[in-house]
Amino acid sequence: MTNGFTGTLAIKGIVLIIAALLLFAPFLFQDVRSIEVAARICIFIVLVASFDLLIGYTGIVSFAHTMFFGFGAYGAAILLKQMGPGWTPVLLGALAGVAVSLVMAVAIGLLSLRVKAIFFAMITLAAASVVLVLASQLSQFTGGEDGITYKAPDLFKPATKLLSDADGKVLRLFDVRLNGKLASYYFVFLSCLVLFVLMLRFTGSPLGTVLKAIRENEARAEAIGYRVVAYRTFVFCLSATIASLAGTIYAVWLKYTGPDTSLSFAIMIDILLMVVIGGMGTMWGAVIGAVLLVMAQYYLRDLMGAAAEAVASVPLLPELLNPDRWLFWLGIIFILLVYFFPKGIAGTVMARDRTT
Amino acid sequence: MEQLSNILGRMGGVNLLPVALAAVAFVLIGAPSSWVTLTVAGLAMGMMVFLMASGLSLVFGLMDVLNFGHSAFVSFGAFVAATVLAGLSGWLGAESIALEALALALAFLAAILFGLVAGWFFETVIIRPVYRDHLRQILITMGAMIVAEQTILAFWGGTPYAVPRPHFLEGAWIIGDVSIEIYRGFAFALGLLVFIAMVLVLNRTRIGLLVRAGVEDREMVEALGFRVDRLFIGVFMAGSALAALGGAMWAGYETLITPALGGELMIVVFIVVIIGGLGSVEGTLLGAILVGLMSNYLGFLAPKLALASNMVLMVAILLWRPNGLRPAVK
Amino acid sequence: MTLLSLTAMQTKIGQYAVLHDVGFDVPEGGVFVLLGRNGAGKTTTLRSIMGLWSPSPGSVHFDGQDITRMHTADIARMGIAYVPENMGIFGTLTVDENLVLATARGRIDPARLKRIHALFPALERFRDKQAWSLSGGQKQMLSVARAIIEPRRLILIDEPTKGLAPAIVDAMAEAFREIAQDATILLVEQNFNFARTLGRDMAVIDDGRVVHRGSMADFAADAALQDRLLGLAM
Repeated sequence: MTNGFTGTLAIKGIVLIIAALLLFAPFLFQDVRSIEVAARICIFIVLVASFDLLIGYTGIVSFAHTMFFGFGAYGAAILLKQMGPGWTPVLLGALAGVAVSLVMAVAIGLLSLRVKAIFFAMITLAAASVVLVLASQLSQFTGGEDGITYKAPDLFKPATKLLSDADGKVLRLFDVRLNGKLASYYFVFLSCLVLFVLMLRFTGSPLGTVLKAIRENEARAEAIGYRVVAYRTFVFCLSATIASLAGTIYAVWLKYTGPDTSLSFAIMIDILLMVVIGGMGTMWGAVIGAVLLVMAQYYLRDLMGAAAEAVASVPLLPELLNPDRWLFWLGIIFILLVYFFPKGIAGTVMARDRTT
Repeated sequence: MEQLSNILGRMGGVNLLPVALAAVAFVLIGAPSSWVTLTVAGLAMGMMVFLMASGLSLVFGLMDVLNFGHSAFVSFGAFVAATVLAGLSGWLGAESIALEALALALAFLAAILFGLVAGWFFETVIIRPVYRDHLRQILITMGAMIVAEQTILAFWGGTPYAVPRPHFLEGAWIIGDVSIEIYRGFAFALGLLVFIAMVLVLNRTRIGLLVRAGVEDREMVEALGFRVDRLFIGVFMAGSALAALGGAMWAGYETLITPALGGELMIVVFIVVIIGGLGSVEGTLLGAILVGLMSNYLGFLAPKLALASNMVLMVAILLWRPNGLRPAVK
Repeated sequence: MTLLSLTAMQTKIGQYAVLHDVGFDVPEGGVFVLLGRNGAGKTTTLRSIMGLWSPSPGSVHFDGQDITRMHTADIARMGIAYVPENMGIFGTLTVDENLVLATARGRIDPARLKRIHALFPALERFRDKQAWSLSGGQKQMLSVARAIIEPRRLILIDEPTKGLAPAIVDAMAEAFREIAQDATILLVEQNFNFARTLGRDMAVIDDGRVVHRGSMADFAADAALQDRLLGLAM
C-alpha cells in the first residue's frame, strides 16, 4: 500500500481506459464490426454486472438471467413491431419487460423461500428453459425461432442527420458521420453507463455492505438480525430489473430480437464465463470479463479457424480447433479458473493489496 | 378431513398420486385405447428418467454435491450405445434374436462401463476439490457439462445420429384396439428391474444401509467409523452408470439423437429430483412416473400446455410439500 | 494413566475462533465431566476430539498417539464413540439397523445386545420400528446403546439429559455407571446435579478456555467456585 501502485488502482485504471475506449469507439474504430463489438461490450458489462450483484454479492446462482434479459428485449421488440418505430413503444416495452421480470423474480424468490437454497439454481434453470421453449413456440407474438425484425426510433436511422453542413450533407467530425447510427451507439453507451454507475453506487451503499456481510456468513448475519431472505429476494428483483433494461437497450440497438440474441442458454453461459473470468463480487470484474469474452467471441474464432487449417492433417485436433468448438476451450479455461483463480482477474489482482 | 387424509395415508399416501393422475386422465381422454397407449408411454418415459435421476438424487443426499454435469453421462451413454449398435449392425441384420439381443446387451454394457469410468474420473478430478462449496460446485460442474457436450459434438458431429435397434423391439403389440409399442414395454420392464435391484441393495445390504444412513447424517456415519467419502465414489460411479444406461435406453426410444439430448433431459431430471425429494430413491421414482405420465397425457390433451406442464407440476408440489414428496430425511 | 490428552487446542469455525485454549487430561476409567455455560465451547471440544472440526494449533492425543489430524472414521476405529447432542439417530433405519451399523463388521455380539436390552428394555420392544418414531428418551437410549454395542475405550457424550423426564434421567445415570466400569466416559453436562453424582474428575470451560480443573468432590463442596464459574446457568 505504500508504493502507491496497488492492484485496486491497476484494475480501476484498466476500467477507466476501457471506458474511454468505449466512449470514443466510433471515432477510434471506424469499421462497422468494431462498433458492433463496442455496443455488445457495453450491453454485456451491464448484464454481467447485474448478474454479479446476485452471484458475487449474495452468493446465489441463478440460471434465469437471460430470461430477464429476454423479457426486456421482447417487450421492446413486440411493441416496436406492433406500434411501429417511436419512443413510446420503447418506453412501454421497457416497462412491460421490467414488470414481467419483477413478477417472475418475486414468484421465484417466494417459491425458493419455501425450499432449500440449493434448489434455487435448479428452479431458475427450469424456469428459464420453459420461457425459452414458450418464446419459440408462441410464434404469433414472438416470431418463434426466427425472431422479430423491426425499425428503431427515427433518430437512430442511419439516414438521419444529426447535424448537416451548408450543402445539407451530414456533418463529419474527425471524418465520422454524425448520423443516426452514431446516435444509436451513444444511446447504448450512455444508458449502459447510467445503469452501471447506479449499480456501483448500490454496492457502495450501506445495503451493499449488508449483502457482503450475508455472503461472508449467512448464519451470523441472520443472528445479527438481517432478514437474509428478504435481502436476497430484493437483490434478485433489482438484478432482474437491470437485466431486463439491458435487454430493451440491446433490442433497440440490434433492431432484431430472437431466442439466440436474448434468451438462449448460450448467452447464460457467456454471462457465467464473463463473471467468473472477470472476478465475482467486484463490479470491475464484470467490465474486464465482458470485454475479454466479447472480443474473444469476435476475434478468437478467426484465429481458431486458422489454427485448425494449420493442423488439418492431425486426427481430431482440427475438430477441436474448429471455430464452432471454441466453447470447448472456454469450458476448460473456465474450470481451471474456478479451481485456481476463483476470484477471477479483478479479484486476484486486487487481492494482492492485502498480501503485500 | 383428517379422517380422509388418514385413510389415504394408510392406502399409500403420496404414492397414490400417479394413480389419481391416471384416473383423471382416463375421464378427460375418454377413449380407453388411447389412454392405455399414453399410460404405457408415460410409464416407460418415467422409468428411463428415473434411471437418469436416481444417481443425481443419491449423490446430493450423501455428500451434498449438486452435479450440473450429470446430463453429460446421459448424453454419452446414448451416443456410446448408439455407436456400438451401429458397429454391430451386422448382428442386428442377421435375423437372429440371440445375436440381436447380444448386440443390445453389449451396447448397454458399453454405456454402463463408460458411465462407471467417466463417473470415477468426474468425481476424483472435477468434484473432489470443491466438496462443500456449492457455488464453485455449480460453476465447475456446469463447465464440465459444456466441455462434455462440446466433446460429443467433436466426436459425433451436430447432425442427428440414427440409432439402429433390434427388430424384436420394433413394432407394437395389438390387443383389441389397444396398441402398445414393444420398446416402451421393454423400457418399462428394464427400468422396473433396476429399481427393484436398487431397493434391494439399499435395504438388504450393509453398503445400502450405510448409504441410507449417510444420506441422513454423514457426520454420524463417519463418527461410527466409516469413510463416507470412499463410499461416495462408489455411489457416484453407480449413479453415473445408471444415467448412462438411461441415456442408452433413451437413444433406442428416440431412434434419432443429437448432442443436445442431455441438456434437454436435464431439466426434466432436475424437476423429477426436486419433486421427489433429494436423496430418496423411492421419491425419485414417484417424481419420474408423475412427470412421465403428465407429459404424455398433456401432450395428447393440450399440446401447448405440455411445454410448461412439468414446471407447473413442480411449483404445485413445492408449494404443497417444500421438501418434495418423499424426502429421505424424516 | 492418561487416556486422552488435549493440549492448547484452538478451533475456528469459519472465521470465528470458538476455542481459544482448551487443554486437560482425561484419566482412564470412570466418568470425566466437562462443565460450562451455554456456548462456552463444550460441544466444539468434543467435535474437535472426534475430528469433525480440526483444531489448529493444538493437539489431541489418545492413548499416547497423536490423532489431531486423523480422519473422523479412523478416530472412531481407535475405540472412541460419540453420542452427539442431537443424538445422531438414523430415523429411516430401524432400531436394530441403527445398532448393526455401529458395529465394525456388521455382526452384533449377542451378549452385549442382551446387556443393552437389560439396560434399555425399550430398545428390545421396538427393535423393528423405524427410529424416527421413538420418543426423545428412547432415541437417547439408542444413541448411547450404539456407542457401547462394541467394546470402546472412550465414549464422548454430549448433554444426554437435555429435555428428558426425571425417570429417564435416573435410568441414564444408572446406565452410565455400568458403562463406566469398563470404559471411560467424557461427559458434557449442564445439569450439575446429574453430573456430580457420576463424575470423578472434572473441568470447566468458559469462553473457549479451560478455567478450572480438579476433582468433582472438591468442586461439589465449593459453592462459591460453582457460582463463579457456572453462574446462574446452573
